[in-house]
Amino acid sequence: MAAILEVNAVSKHFGGFTALSDVSIRVAAGERFGLIGPNGSGKTTLINCVSGSLRNDSGSIAFQGEEISRQPAYVRTRKGIARSFQVPRPFHTMTVLENLLVPTAYVRHLKDSEGEAQAMQILTDMGLAAKARAYAAELSQVELRKLELARAMASQPKLLISDEAMAGLSGSEVDEVLKILFDLNEKGITIIMIEHIMQAVMRFSQRVICLDAGKIICEGAPTEIVKNPDVQKAYLGA
Amino acid sequence: MKYWISVAVILVLTLGVALSPVNEYFFFAAYFVLTAIALSTAWNILGGYAGYVNFGTPAFFGVGAYTAVVLFKWLGAPLPVQIVAGAVMGGLLGFGVGLLTLRLRGIFFAIGTIAVIFIMETLMINWRYVGGATGLQLVRPPVSVPFDTYARMLFMVIAVVAVVAVSIARYVQDSWIGRGLRAIRDSEEAAECSGVPTLRLKLIACVISGGLMGAVGAPMPMYLSFIEPASTFSLNYTIAALGGSIIGGMSHWGGPIIGALVLSTLQQIITVTISGEVNVLVVGVLLVLFVVLAPEGVLGLFKRWLRSSK
Repeated sequence: MAAILEVNAVSKHFGGFTALSDVSIRVAAGERFGLIGPNGSGKTTLINCVSGSLRNDSGSIAFQGEEISRQPAYVRTRKGIARSFQVPRPFHTMTVLENLLVPTAYVRHLKDSEGEAQAMQILTDMGLAAKARAYAAELSQVELRKLELARAMASQPKLLISDEAMAGLSGSEVDEVLKILFDLNEKGITIIMIEHIMQAVMRFSQRVICLDAGKIICEGAPTEIVKNPDVQKAYLGA
Repeated sequence: MKYWISVAVILVLTLGVALSPVNEYFFFAAYFVLTAIALSTAWNILGGYAGYVNFGTPAFFGVGAYTAVVLFKWLGAPLPVQIVAGAVMGGLLGFGVGLLTLRLRGIFFAIGTIAVIFIMETLMINWRYVGGATGLQLVRPPVSVPFDTYARMLFMVIAVVAVVAVSIARYVQDSWIGRGLRAIRDSEEAAECSGVPTLRLKLIACVISGGLMGAVGAPMPMYLSFIEPASTFSLNYTIAALGGSIIGGMSHWGGPIIGALVLSTLQQIITVTISGEVNVLVVGVLLVLFVVLAPEGVLGLFKRWLRSSK
């Protein structure tokens, strides 16, 4: 299948610290792609480079065949890359519904009346419709995670990057969020999932890459990944 | 529609008052209050909506004032031209300062804007044409009909400037720009990832805010028939602009109006009845009280009261 995202030999340094060195990944259109790795391995740095929150020092990033690594984040969002944040960053002075109206207005240039209808649909799909008029401070942890995903979806992305959308959630809540992501994938959206909860990534992903200390240490199907000695070493030490 | 009817009513009333035989002191005090309202409203577009605290109000105000003086001395330009030119120069300064400083966040941006005041003041002190450090006396042209005195005419002029400022602030708040600025204030990174061109929007806010401050500064030299750097670039304007917004509430265009009205009226009363020093003290205490006890200002208190009385 055609690649929707091609990351080629990307490196990123923070001062003397190498956060990513020579990382290359290829994500096919429609794929469910998992990105794992221990704390500080560079997962979030990588997706910050893809979404545009950070600029990579070297290498190239192509989205749908177009080089995007020098474009600002908002341009990339308009081209179809959306992301959620690991620590939820809601627009806290706005209601849940208004949060979604930011991308509908700025990415899709919809009038509020049209934007609201579509935003309500997204909230209904995610089970957040009852909270549409609530402010972020009134939301529970799982609702905040859903809001992150809902806001990302309001820009109608082709590629959704979910950065630890399940960290700190209970078992049944993890299932709820997983179901949302599966449903989105079925609608044709490519999804990159970054996750600490192994069981969730393993269930969700068709292909997984494991990062450690800024390098890819292994790539393959979930079942192969867990058996890989390098992965086990990176996670368990020894 | 309701808004524009109120605007028309206010302007007609203002004109009525300006033509009526009210004591001259009223116009002197009202000019001060209206200046504060217009400055707070302008400040709030960047400081309140986008959350970028600008301490540089006097720089923008002063650029407007000095632009007016230069145009008056050089070409004898009429007041409306001076005001428009002041707005343009204030907007240009906003654009320049924005490009240089808007990549900074929080306290670093605020410090950057303070530096702009000192740069502008130093430039004017060293510019002979506008009087340098000693200042420049201006011979005012005769007052225009139908007004009998300068105080009355300038009261009307500054009222129009204030109404324009409030109308622009209201438009910005309700437009797509306003929502983007709020998103920036809440989380700049999330805004950018929601498709908001953050730098461009902040620049727009900075240009509008600076332009309005320049327009407010432009009639000042005519009002005093004098200009001089130390008082033109006084930090009191910083406090007036920021204080009005903080006390009134920064999330709505009505906030700075209420705040500036309360604060500057109180300042006038205290200056006249007690002393100028006590006035500064009272402003300081009020600001601390509001920041600690009512960070959302009078508007926030009012909303809370509405909710609890339901």
